[in-house]
Amino acid sequence: MAEGDAAGPKTRASAPAAALLASAFVVSTCGLIYELLASTLASYLLGDSVTQFSTVIGTYLFAMGLGSWCSRYVTRDELRLFIRVELLIAVLGGASAAALFVLFPLVEHFRVALYGLVLGIGFLVGLEIPLLIRILRGFDFRETVSNVLTFDYVGALVASLLFPLLLMPHLGMIRTGFLFGILNAGVALAVLLALPRASRYRSETVSAVLVLLALAAGFVASDRLQRWAEVGSYGEPVIYAVSTKYQRIVLTRREDDLRLYLNGNLQFSSRDEYRYHEALVQPVLGRVQNPRNVLIFGGGDGLAAREVLRHPEVRHLTLVDLDDEMTALFSKTAMLTALNKGALTDPRITVINADGFRWAREAAATRAGSFDAIIVDFPDPVDYSVGKLYTETFYRAARRLMAPAGAMVVQSTSPLVAPMAYWTVATTLEAAGLQTRGYHVYVPSFGEWGFVLAAAQAIPDRARILPGGRFLTPAGDGQLFDFPPDMARRPTPVNRLDNQVLVREFANAWSRYEG
Amino acid sequence: MKADRRTLLGLGAGAVAIGGGGFAATLGGTEALPPGGLGGTDLARGHRLRDGGFPAPSRFEDVDVVIAGGGIAGLSAGWRLQDAGFTRFRVLELEDEAGGNARGGRNPVSAYPLGAHYLPVPNREAKAVRHLLRQLGVITGDRDGVPVYDPEQLCADLQERLFWQGRWQEGLVPRTGLSAQDRADLAAFEQTMSAYSRRTGSDGKPAFAVPRAYSSQDADLLALDRLDFVAWLDRQGWRSPVLRAHVRYAMRDDYGTEPQHVSAWAGVHYFAGRRGWTVDGAGDNELTWPEGNARLVRGLAGFCRDRIATGHIVHAVRRDGEGVQIDSFDVAANATTRIRARAAILAMPHFVAARICPAAVGGAGAFSYAPWLVANVTVDRLPGGRGVPLAWDNVSSTSDSLGYVVATHQTPDAFPMATVLTWYLPLSDMPPSAARRLLLQRTADTWKQIVRDDLLAMNPDLEGAIRSIELWRWGHAMIRPTPGFLDRGEAVRPAPPLFLAHSDLSGLSLFEEAQYQGVRAAEGAMAFLHHPHESLL
Repeated sequence: MAEGDAAGPKTRASAPAAALLASAFVVSTCGLIYELLASTLASYLLGDSVTQFSTVIGTYLFAMGLGSWCSRYVTRDELRLFIRVELLIAVLGGASAAALFVLFPLVEHFRVALYGLVLGIGFLVGLEIPLLIRILRGFDFRETVSNVLTFDYVGALVASLLFPLLLMPHLGMIRTGFLFGILNAGVALAVLLALPRASRYRSETVSAVLVLLALAAGFVASDRLQRWAEVGSYGEPVIYAVSTKYQRIVLTRREDDLRLYLNGNLQFSSRDEYRYHEALVQPVLGRVQNPRNVLIFGGGDGLAAREVLRHPEVRHLTLVDLDDEMTALFSKTAMLTALNKGALTDPRITVINADGFRWAREAAATRAGSFDAIIVDFPDPVDYSVGKLYTETFYRAARRLMAPAGAMVVQSTSPLVAPMAYWTVATTLEAAGLQTRGYHVYVPSFGEWGFVLAAAQAIPDRARILPGGRFLTPAGDGQLFDFPPDMARRPTPVNRLDNQVLVREFANAWSRYEG
Repeated sequence: MKADRRTLLGLGAGAVAIGGGGFAATLGGTEALPPGGLGGTDLARGHRLRDGGFPAPSRFEDVDVVIAGGGIAGLSAGWRLQDAGFTRFRVLELEDEAGGNARGGRNPVSAYPLGAHYLPVPNREAKAVRHLLRQLGVITGDRDGVPVYDPEQLCADLQERLFWQGRWQEGLVPRTGLSAQDRADLAAFEQTMSAYSRRTGSDGKPAFAVPRAYSSQDADLLALDRLDFVAWLDRQGWRSPVLRAHVRYAMRDDYGTEPQHVSAWAGVHYFAGRRGWTVDGAGDNELTWPEGNARLVRGLAGFCRDRIATGHIVHAVRRDGEGVQIDSFDVAANATTRIRARAAILAMPHFVAARICPAAVGGAGAFSYAPWLVANVTVDRLPGGRGVPLAWDNVSSTSDSLGYVVATHQTPDAFPMATVLTWYLPLSDMPPSAARRLLLQRTADTWKQIVRDDLLAMNPDLEGAIRSIELWRWGHAMIRPTPGFLDRGEAVRPAPPLFLAHSDLSGLSLFEEAQYQGVRAAEGAMAFLHHPHESLL
């Protein structure tokens, strides 16, 4: 073989031959690591680990077969091709985890990227092993096939043990990828340096050094990459993710802790959401005489609705949420309807998928004064689009929807982290002609969280709190209204459509808080 | 840098010579262009007005006041007459739709402007504007005697952003990466302008007012009109290229004119004339609507809709004893009507007024007009970009266009799925006549390619999202306030019963000026006809 073109002098196990044989070990270890990374990452991002592992491994093995088969068309200069393939694997495999994490929130068809990458790496690894065997035969190396295969299988064992025990817990996926890319490229460089006529491979040597440097940079910058990659920031395994017309919905689960993220922002943790939702709903319903007609803005997860529907006197609940995919998800999925007790399919509820601002403005004309209690549970004012829903104009429309003796509550971000933003909500409600009372509650997964009650008349001190809750009692309700000095009321501007001070204040506060 | 930009948009003289085809080839764009038509002022009617050949009068009518021209000035004159209880008038409009350069269009995605697209919160002195805005529900009331505007008609935050050094930043004046000279000149400029803005002249009037007729007549201020704005900036010693680029943007934005051709008085007026009077510190904001100032057109026309006739080309106006004789060609009926009126208000661009009534109206030689191209681009998603999020007005520091405004900015929806971007280009860097030729010569495809490439350079994220491009050519979009413009309007005014009403007379193509001229002419006509009224001016 090799027509003496690529191979060195035919000696017994020379230095290059030893390096090549060692590379068989590294190549197979790396190959298996990439395969495990892709499977783990797919389970992590897409859920259903059995399917992910099975399809990724199947695809990978199939691609290896393809690569093997194609190796027959390589007729000369195997060593040069081997080095190049090795470097390409280093790049593709090394950056695979980082690339997939970064791509996940950006692309619509994530599986195309995933399987494309798996196919590519599998093909190259499949191409590499037969090449290696042929090169080693050129060195007149005995038992070439069995040697290569032995190292290959030992490498596989090492990888499969290292991955769960050492790499995942200590390095994480992105860094593990880069580390093995570095090993891949390192072996290629070692082989090149061990070759007697290294000068013939100058361009490969330069490439190997560049690839090494790039992967090392990736390794060092892994944390930053992780932060860029939106999903990398979820602390728990993702079990569901979908991009709707309006937002990215991600559900994560670790043991009994189910979490919902919208556009990367935590909406609830099933461990403590009852604290948030009881505090959101019960104080306002407990301060309205006979709340028959209730309106919820936002709250597509149905958890606030669940709290409202605990009240037997509520005859009708209207829930206005922008995203039909969100309300459908929380109406149909067993795991989620168990959490909201089927609130979204309750006979007393009407779910309207509409823009809150537009709906409020239009309904203010036709349904003025028809709601005894209004619960405003929008996402935090992270941008100008959501910021509109916290303006004086919106609150004026909401006020028109409210019955004369009715009351309203607004989730108003954290009075501890963003006190200016929190009190801006109160000031704005007052500018819309309402009286207000602020209160706050500790929700472990959120921290200290704030709400503002608003009504046309004075808001009573005491509330009739429905028994049977896990958190709020009549005595507990009274304690929510005390603000220590670090969260105390301060003067703020009014949030208007034309100034959106709340969005600016909210962004400032959280960027200070998160450093 | 400037040469490059010019090549990009093909505004340079060279591009004129090359013509449309050669230009298209240099762009290298081979993808299919989005659909969309090419509209503009009715060229055939305009040319017919120039070339004559109207049939002899076959119908005869009598009416007290004829308002020839249904742009903002003409409609304002009608509104003023109606508001004073004077109803014996007619508005004759050449186009099929009233509104002049404040017209708008509409497609399934949104309404959009074809030209003028906003009104700054009016100054305290703009009494007539406020009177109208109260009637239209734009002003909803008063707080401590100060007008309160409908928050949904005030431009929502974010109002403006500038693409500067690879990022979008808030506001239109660059703030990062400035040299010490840039910072010093920008600060000195700002200080000088705010001093001018606060100054009250020895006659007790603001130094720079909107409408400009309320401005002080102090000699040192009027002297600015003898200078061009660049010469004035040179005199101040402000040479920062960042300041100069910002000034150029501003002059092209409001006047469609390069700063070296703008009177220094008009230049300073742009920066020192606005003191919007309202509550909540919103005085530096604008009022805007998806369809732009077409909203105001609709409001104005609503007061006298049954007295507006469109498709009527007024082609000859002459004194007739005590009154006026007006020949008007009805396009639909293909017949000329001769109207005898007690007074006539010519509410049309001055170059048209001087043509149809040469005996009574002063010549138009000193009046020149800026040609503009406006493109309404329908896109499947909202533009984004690095830096601050989408604003209402989006301007790129690297483009010769003025950027784009977003038609759906004022909609209540948090997430509009598609929108219309109105893209503006004043063809200012060549003589207006040459620019007008270029505007007409270039094919729709060439213009579309220019619009698309300019938009994608600002917002690469719009690649693949452009659904259509509707072009609109304005051959005489606005009057150019060149040095010496302050006296030009008064010099051409005829004696009653003829009255002129157009922003050309102010020399500044602004809603407030057009309205002022319309109201002034209407009140002049009512005084002449002894109709009692209390002046709004």
